[in-house]
Amino acid sequence: MRKALYTFLKPKSLLETALLIRKLSGIPAFFLFALGVWGGLFFAPSDYLQGEYARILYVHVPASWGALSIYSCMAIFSAIGLITRIPQFFLVSKAIAPIGLAYCIISLITGSLWGKPTWGAFWVWDARLTSMFILLLLYIGYIHLSRPHTLRQLVPASFLSVIGFINIPIIKGSVEWWYTLHQPATIRIFEKTSALHPSMAWPLWVMATAFALYAVYLGTYRMERLLAETARKPSCM
Amino acid sequence: MTRTHERLIQVMGALLIVSGLTLWLTSTFRENMLFFVTPSDFISMPRDHPAKTGKRFRLGGLVTVGSIKKDGIDITFTVTDEKGANIVVHYHGIAPELFREKQGVIAEGILKNDIFEAERLLAKHDERYMPKEVAQRLKKENLWKEK
Repeated sequence: MRKALYTFLKPKSLLETALLIRKLSGIPAFFLFALGVWGGLFFAPSDYLQGEYARILYVHVPASWGALSIYSCMAIFSAIGLITRIPQFFLVSKAIAPIGLAYCIISLITGSLWGKPTWGAFWVWDARLTSMFILLLLYIGYIHLSRPHTLRQLVPASFLSVIGFINIPIIKGSVEWWYTLHQPATIRIFEKTSALHPSMAWPLWVMATAFALYAVYLGTYRMERLLAETARKPSCM
Repeated sequence: MTRTHERLIQVMGALLIVSGLTLWLTSTFRENMLFFVTPSDFISMPRDHPAKTGKRFRLGGLVTVGSIKKDGIDITFTVTDEKGANIVVHYHGIAPELFREKQGVIAEGILKNDIFEAERLLAKHDERYMPKEVAQRLKKENLWKEK
């Protein structure tokens, strides 16, 4: 078992896996984006209260979910890297970080554009928005700290991502535990019904899948780039 | 124990300490992290609380039905919450598009002579999304729940 793991972790096999994943994720991602955008912009009905403004949820919500999920993956991989000292885990974490940052920025910008016509403000410092802003800072901090390539020098960045993980449950719980301007969760996975009418729901699932697959697709390019850098400087790892 | 086990305990320990610290910080600074107070919260505050002696704060609740009075761009309305507390709010300016009765509102300003002088109004909406026809049907069949 261990031998199989070590064989898999060799750069050559990681690269082959990345290229395979790229082939499998690219076309479905683009197709689902097209379907989701069409569904969200044209097919889904407008909202009873917000009218056409609610359509931005088909970008804002998947981007937010993506930003949280990618950070969680970063934290998990960084933790495993710190514990096992297997450098490939740091590599994956470093690879996906800029993608998570991009999704976080999309979430903040689309949310801001959504807030002005509905709430009447581009930005407020309530618990939800502030914790998402902290997530942005954590991403920037991690990317800055993870610039060096040697194993020992990735430890500070990895510790940041692991410690910063506490922000994830805070983001999720912010709208339930404190009074906020941002409304509570619409999609409730542990309950039978969600507050999103079925006629408006399917484009959201399509877009969420598209965002996820696209993150994976981009991640393969990042992995290829980082593996090439590692190959050029074999003494690093 | 192996070095890996040692590192596992170090990482878990660090997470535990940070979680505990965060729990303590969020409970101690709870009042600072609330974006607004409800009318009931406000009424049950002690008389010497800064919010009751002229400090700027935010009041959040629902706009009472039939309480909106407009005079040019002067708006007066009442904010209420589920516990029946009411506070009169006065605002000089253009209200957000979603400002209407039975809808959530957050007013930022100062209490002056029992009237809340708002310097800013924000509309708050709940987490429900549905087509117009579904909402109308629910309201007609008395199945609509205010939030």
